[in-house]
Amino acid sequence: MNTTFSAIGENRTVEANEFTPEIEPQPTWCPGCGDFAVLNALKKAVSEVGRSPEEVLLVTGVGCSSKISSYFECYGFHSLHGRSLPIARAAKLANPDLLVIAAGGDGDGYGIGGNHFMHTARENHDIVYIVFNNEVFGLTKGQASPTSLKGHKSKEQPLGSAKDPIRPLSMGLAAGASYIARTAAVNPSQAKDILVEAIQHEGFSHIDFLTQCPTWNKDAKQYVPYVDVQKSEEYDFDPRNRVEAAQMMYETETALSDGKILTGRYFIDNRPSYQQEKISRGSMPKEPLAYRYTDQNYKWERSFNYVKNRHT
Amino acid sequence: MDSEIIWRIAGGSGDGIVSTSENFAKALMRSGLNIFTHRHYPSRIRGGHTYAEIRAGPSELKSRGDGYNFLLALGDSFGRNQKIDSAYYGNERIKPLTENLDDLNEGGVIVYDTGIIDIEDVPNFSELVAENNWHVYPIDLRAIAKEEGRDIMRNTAGVGATAALLEMDLSPIEALMKAAMKGPIFEQNLSILRNTHKMVSDTFEFTHDIRFPTGEHSEPQALVSGSHSIAYGALDEGCRFIAGYPMTPWTAAFTIMCGLLPDVGGISEQVEDEIAAAALAIGASHAGVKAMSGSAGGGFSLMSEPLGLAEMVEEPIVLLEAQRAGPATGMPTKTEQADLDHVLYTSQGDSTRVILAPGDPKEAYEQTRLAFQIAYGYNLPVILLYDQKLGGELRNIPVSFFDREPNPTMPGTIAESDLPNAPHHPSGKYHRYRYDAPNGVSPRSIPGQKHGRFHASGNEHTPEGHISEDPINRVIQVDRRMSKFSAIRDYIDSQDISTNTEYGPDSAPYGILTWGSNKGTIEEAIDRLNSSGDPIVKGLSVSDICPFPTQQVTSFLDSVSKTLVVEMNVTGQFQGLVKRHLGAYGDQLYGLLKYDGNPFEPAEIVAGFEEKIIGDN
Repeated sequence: MNTTFSAIGENRTVEANEFTPEIEPQPTWCPGCGDFAVLNALKKAVSEVGRSPEEVLLVTGVGCSSKISSYFECYGFHSLHGRSLPIARAAKLANPDLLVIAAGGDGDGYGIGGNHFMHTARENHDIVYIVFNNEVFGLTKGQASPTSLKGHKSKEQPLGSAKDPIRPLSMGLAAGASYIARTAAVNPSQAKDILVEAIQHEGFSHIDFLTQCPTWNKDAKQYVPYVDVQKSEEYDFDPRNRVEAAQMMYETETALSDGKILTGRYFIDNRPSYQQEKISRGSMPKEPLAYRYTDQNYKWERSFNYVKNRHT
Repeated sequence: MDSEIIWRIAGGSGDGIVSTSENFAKALMRSGLNIFTHRHYPSRIRGGHTYAEIRAGPSELKSRGDGYNFLLALGDSFGRNQKIDSAYYGNERIKPLTENLDDLNEGGVIVYDTGIIDIEDVPNFSELVAENNWHVYPIDLRAIAKEEGRDIMRNTAGVGATAALLEMDLSPIEALMKAAMKGPIFEQNLSILRNTHKMVSDTFEFTHDIRFPTGEHSEPQALVSGSHSIAYGALDEGCRFIAGYPMTPWTAAFTIMCGLLPDVGGISEQVEDEIAAAALAIGASHAGVKAMSGSAGGGFSLMSEPLGLAEMVEEPIVLLEAQRAGPATGMPTKTEQADLDHVLYTSQGDSTRVILAPGDPKEAYEQTRLAFQIAYGYNLPVILLYDQKLGGELRNIPVSFFDREPNPTMPGTIAESDLPNAPHHPSGKYHRYRYDAPNGVSPRSIPGQKHGRFHASGNEHTPEGHISEDPINRVIQVDRRMSKFSAIRDYIDSQDISTNTEYGPDSAPYGILTWGSNKGTIEEAIDRLNSSGDPIVKGLSVSDICPFPTQQVTSFLDSVSKTLVVEMNVTGQFQGLVKRHLGAYGDQLYGLLKYDGNPFEPAEIVAGFEEKIIGDN
């Protein structure tokens, strides 16, 4: 459709290995790290939806998991700690034809970037946000993160953290995310399916991805055995019902503290995405703004007309 | 001096001071006069002493005047604590009169609204009037307004009284009212204007000397503020994305852009904080759209982090920094130039940013365009540093000044058709950060372009963008990013626009050096100092803060024996910058500093020059 951004909309068959860099760098994550599972699931999911590397923008924060932008072949943007979302959402507004994925750790997204998480969810930008939740700060060596359990010990919390963990799914729901799921590194097939749904969902998709940290969170489980709340007979709720979703999230978050791993789709809402809202109000152009700068025929407006009409 | 009027309209916030003064200024401009305005207002929505000042005269005006000569004191209709002596804010109703008496020149005119202001409450009023030979016209503006419409229309009555006392033709005022109002509101205002005009002309015997000056423009004029000029410059460079968070005084430019962008198919975003605001500009720019953000000093503190990221990933963005008095919340509505060091040095690491500080609305327009050209030509952040003074002052500029072609180009990008043959890493990643880039500018590809994928990282990185701590790569990349500055210096120097402006006779033995918005004020002071005939002083107003115009400043300082450095801060930040760059001129520089929240008047610079430069002999 656009001859100057021809990676977009090719509609060709895309193989998962196209997202693997052909040579170095290989991931520097520790052996046994849950982050590998996210990388693999993401390669499968993006190829399954038929998006090719050069129409994907992957914006990450800073931390172990944020290094995924180096290991996933596409346009990558390894930004600042906690700031992936404002960069990602502006890129999506500038060119909605891109598949924009933001990713980072639990400290990145729920701690330092918490304000951006809340507002990006509220605005319901059509982007996918993957939070690698390992319940600990990894790259800075084991400090308590926003999702660490009360009692988590480290050199900075020698007597154990006195804080309860935050409730990420409930936070996403309250803030306004329109697709909310939790999956786990140990569940690659579910993870891939959830990522595919999240990419296809028009709106802000929040995925809390449990990724075990074998180095700094040895006490924590490997997130097995897990239960898929959609498949289990034990749970019956409608993810399209906000009240039932809220209850199920609360139960899931509480269960994690008790060592029980619940995963699945928690909330799906069809409210219009932010860009749809903006376009319907005339506060965003229908044709991606990014294309205008290479359109030789576009007649650029100039201030002279405003000066004549408003200032004389 | 009497060939010009300096009119102040004073009231409470919410009394319509701004809109009334802007319309009146436009009427004066349409009558052939040149205009320069100045505003004083509190950080408050309703009430509190506020005034707008219009200087109007037949000659070119570059500054506010010294004091003023016509006061329209409406009184503060939202005033708290009337007649309570011990009240913290005092008697607010009368403040628009009492707070303005100090600056009113001898022989000045006072019109006040007896409907709001009880003159008995004003201490020593008749003594002050006699002492200063003021001419006082008490008028019940509120009653006149109420009779024909509503009491908030007393502004219009005040304008009618002003026009009568100046013997000014009402037709330009009426034309503007007709354009701005409709139906009964227009009818009521029109009859209030005419009735007051007639009543004042018929009732009072005019004892004052000030009359409406005659002037003529050789071509049509536009009345614009620095904030307007910045927005129009951005628009003409093809900026179609702005993100921000409200903060005085940057809000003015943000508001104008938010109003314009939907009209031209652009996007404006008010977001959660200034970290996000600058990060959004980075994201939009990364995806191929010319983008900007901005704030006052406080919000700019939050932008420190994304500013550093833009330097490291070489993302073009333009940031506005509209200074106000600090630190912390400081004085939100008062002007200052104390963020120079902040903008130069904030954010970790050696910086690669360009900083421009325009001196007037024309420069604000041209330098905003320059800012985008540098950002999108050299792939780095450019900061436009200005202040409440420049942002808010209205001046007339020939309309034809704005008759220019738009420039949406982004020379720092690479076309998709050129990508297949551009250097790539064996993995297929494009060398977005290639070592051997001419002028250090390695062109950027844009997501969606085929063969353009690369990795942007806030970490130090290799040519394709992967994280690297290799010392050889590190030095090459740092040196390449730094090497842009000599090309940028040449680019600025090659532009036919006003940046660093010299003023006054070449042969003058002394100098005045300033930066940013003081430009016009020092020029008026220089004219006065030289008015006796012999060339005494010349000036240099600097806009290029970074890269610093070392040569130009050096030759200016070399050509004089002593120089007064004028700036609105207490630590002499610009003088410090000059010494940092030039080293040798410390004993020839004398600081004239002001930090009370108000801009310099020309007379203050004249007095400062006489004391510090002449008096030092």
